Amino acid sequence: MSTLEIKDLHVSIETEQGSKEILKGVSLTINSGEIHAIMGPNGSGKSTLAATIAGHPRYEVTSGSITLDGEDVLEMEVDERAQAGLFLAMQYPVEVPGVTMTNFLRTAKTALDGEAPKIRTWTKEVKDAMEKLRIDADFANRNVNEGFSGGEKKRVEILQLELFKPKFAVLDETDSGLDIDALRVVSEGVNRAHQENNMGTLLITHYTRILNYIKPDYVHVFVDGKVAEQGGPELADELEANGYDRFLAQVSA
Amino acid sequence: MTEIQKAEEALKNTEDPGTIAEILEANPELKDLGTGYEYGWSDPDTAGATAKRGLDEAVVEDISSKKSEPEWMLKLRKKGLKYFERKPLPTWGADLSEIDFDNIKYFVRSTEKQAQTWEDLPEDIRNTYEKLGIPEAERERLVAGVAAQYESEVVYHQIREDLEAQGVIFMDTDTALKEHPEFFEEYFGSVIPVGDNKFAALNTAVWSGGSFVYVPKGVHVEIPLQAYFRINTENMGQFERTLIIADEDSYVHYIEGCTAPIYNTDSLHSAVVEIVVKKNARVRYTTIQNWSNNVYNLVTKRAVVDAGGTMEWIDGNIGSKVTMKYPAVYLTGEHAKGETLSVAFAGEGQHQDTGSKMVHMAPNTSSSIVSKSVARSGGRASYRGLVQVNPEAKNSANSVVCDALLVDTISKTDTYPYIDIREDDVTLGHEATVSKVSEDQLFYLMARGLAEDEAMAMIVRGFIEPIARELPMEYALELNRLIELQMEGSVG
Ligand SMILES: Nc1ncnc2c1ncn2[C@@H]1O[C@H](COP(=O)(O)OP(=O)(O)O)[C@@H](O)[C@H]1O
Ligand SMILES: [Mg+2]
Repeated sequence: MSTLEIKDLHVSIETEQGSKEILKGVSLTINSGEIHAIMGPNGSGKSTLAATIAGHPRYEVTSGSITLDGEDVLEMEVDERAQAGLFLAMQYPVEVPGVTMTNFLRTAKTALDGEAPKIRTWTKEVKDAMEKLRIDADFANRNVNEGFSGGEKKRVEILQLELFKPKFAVLDETDSGLDIDALRVVSEGVNRAHQENNMGTLLITHYTRILNYIKPDYVHVFVDGKVAEQGGPELADELEANGYDRFLAQVSA
Repeated sequence: MTEIQKAEEALKNTEDPGTIAEILEANPELKDLGTGYEYGWSDPDTAGATAKRGLDEAVVEDISSKKSEPEWMLKLRKKGLKYFERKPLPTWGADLSEIDFDNIKYFVRSTEKQAQTWEDLPEDIRNTYEKLGIPEAERERLVAGVAAQYESEVVYHQIREDLEAQGVIFMDTDTALKEHPEFFEEYFGSVIPVGDNKFAALNTAVWSGGSFVYVPKGVHVEIPLQAYFRINTENMGQFERTLIIADEDSYVHYIEGCTAPIYNTDSLHSAVVEIVVKKNARVRYTTIQNWSNNVYNLVTKRAVVDAGGTMEWIDGNIGSKVTMKYPAVYLTGEHAKGETLSVAFAGEGQHQDTGSKMVHMAPNTSSSIVSKSVARSGGRASYRGLVQVNPEAKNSANSVVCDALLVDTISKTDTYPYIDIREDDVTLGHEATVSKVSEDQLFYLMARGLAEDEAMAMIVRGFIEPIARELPMEYALELNRLIELQMEGSVG
């Protein structure tokens, strides 16, 4: 049982007009096996939170803390966070020309585990995971994310999630741009990782649609760099019915 | 103190004190040479230490007489010397002003005779090649023939019997001049004339070693011929001369690799490579240049290609302080093809000024240049190319693609694409890109557990993959390994 704890997190970015605060005191605690949905309008700071957890150098933490089982995550390099068991499924996965998926997956797995996976079982594991996510076998020989459609990129993020078996995953709008079939396939992948590895999940979205497939234990409404309200799955239903207006009104009031 | 005592004394300060003592024991003749070991102890340097510095007519005569050459070659050498002295240093490329021509040793004979087996080589030289994996490649038959040049001369050379039986000739250029003078009278200096440029002239004056290859009509040499060049002496000048003749309908792939130890002062490598590709023949010439960062690498390489023939240059420049090298193809027959794939790495203190030259001299000829360069830690990578289409070279086509990757913000890349088109009926394409390793790319890979330098190396490997793919497996792996070494410690 592991715990990822975010306490009163303040994050700024450098803009042309100087430093701008994006996260204004975020607190969240996620335990193994829990699914937390973060819902909020565009520009509310969801991706900022996700990227800060993973350690993107563009985001500066001005105060607050992130710990994984008491270890200071903010002290870790990006790769160390990944090795510690944190995974970020990115909203905009990056292309790496000239590097095949096969090579990338094996290199990453080796880096994460500190030893190379056994060739035979690994090859089979990759193949099976690709099949379940309905990723064509050809993708193994294609370059990482190069020329992939938006939906294909998202499936490949979830493929990594299943293969790398992190303790905690942050899914940044993995549902955006997916058609209904892809949404189901991807959601099943997340649910498998959740069940098989007792993974804790931070599911970032601004549609409730994905919550038909992935059932959250907690829902946090995220507005203007803060958690405006938290509750159970019923909070998502309310958002579905009434939108973010109530919360936005609170902020501007 | 005798020289040997000095040697033993110096040995105490080295990491691997066994080696030289063992070498001296195994090669008692070395003790009799009684020469000064005035440099570092990475490798014994008996031959190099006694070699004369500086260049004049006496040096040229001495080289020629040591090789018992025909009179015409001596004359040509002297002509080369004149051109070399007369021509100014090129100022349009890399900075060459620091080369001290008077300090260079123009000829170093490392061993008295060529060895027939690896075991016959002096132990230190053999160890060098063993470390470089060359004998192993031969044993495993990854190559069809091997030539190993240490300092000025080829010290080992072997070709597979079946190829010899088919009439393939592969030997060092000095021996070939003696055994096959007819080729030399016809072709030597025909592709690259003695006064072509200052460094070709220098090479003509003091050339020594290099490979001679002749592939008879219709013969396909299926696995590569390999040559290995090693400079050991500090301030050494290596001036090998290679001549390859591929007769009609033949095929050969020739691969060369180059290394040198690191010294405090500079060495010079100035080779000339002439290639004659006859009708419908195909030659592929691959270079993995990994000289240490105190070698000036100023090389002239050119091929003439007859009708229907193909010349492919695959040119990897990783090492050296300064490289100026633009492999050229003169397309003299209809439907001749030229191709250059070039990859350059410029790290700290390095300037790689590389590219290619394609000259279309007949109708329906085609050529392509793909150049990829990576600059890091303040290095500079320049692409310099010329595409020339002569009148009458109708329906010719050329494409140039040059991509540069900058690993950091202190490194530099530039391109100098020249074109000289004197015929209307041509198709040309030119693309150039400069990309930076993006923060987001690094973040993505690091978020998948890769350390920063591993992530960087993966991006760089991916960038040059289109060229690595063209290399035989072992060389692709070697190239990858070299990139990893280059990338280690390249990041903060
Ligand atoms: N480089 C940047 N320069 C200026 N503002 C930025 C930059 N990156 C993000 N922002 C701002 O930060 C806020 C939060 O962005 P983000 O975390 O992407 O929100 P979300 O993921 O919830 O849509 C937005 O107002 C956005 O415009
Ligand atoms: Mg976002």
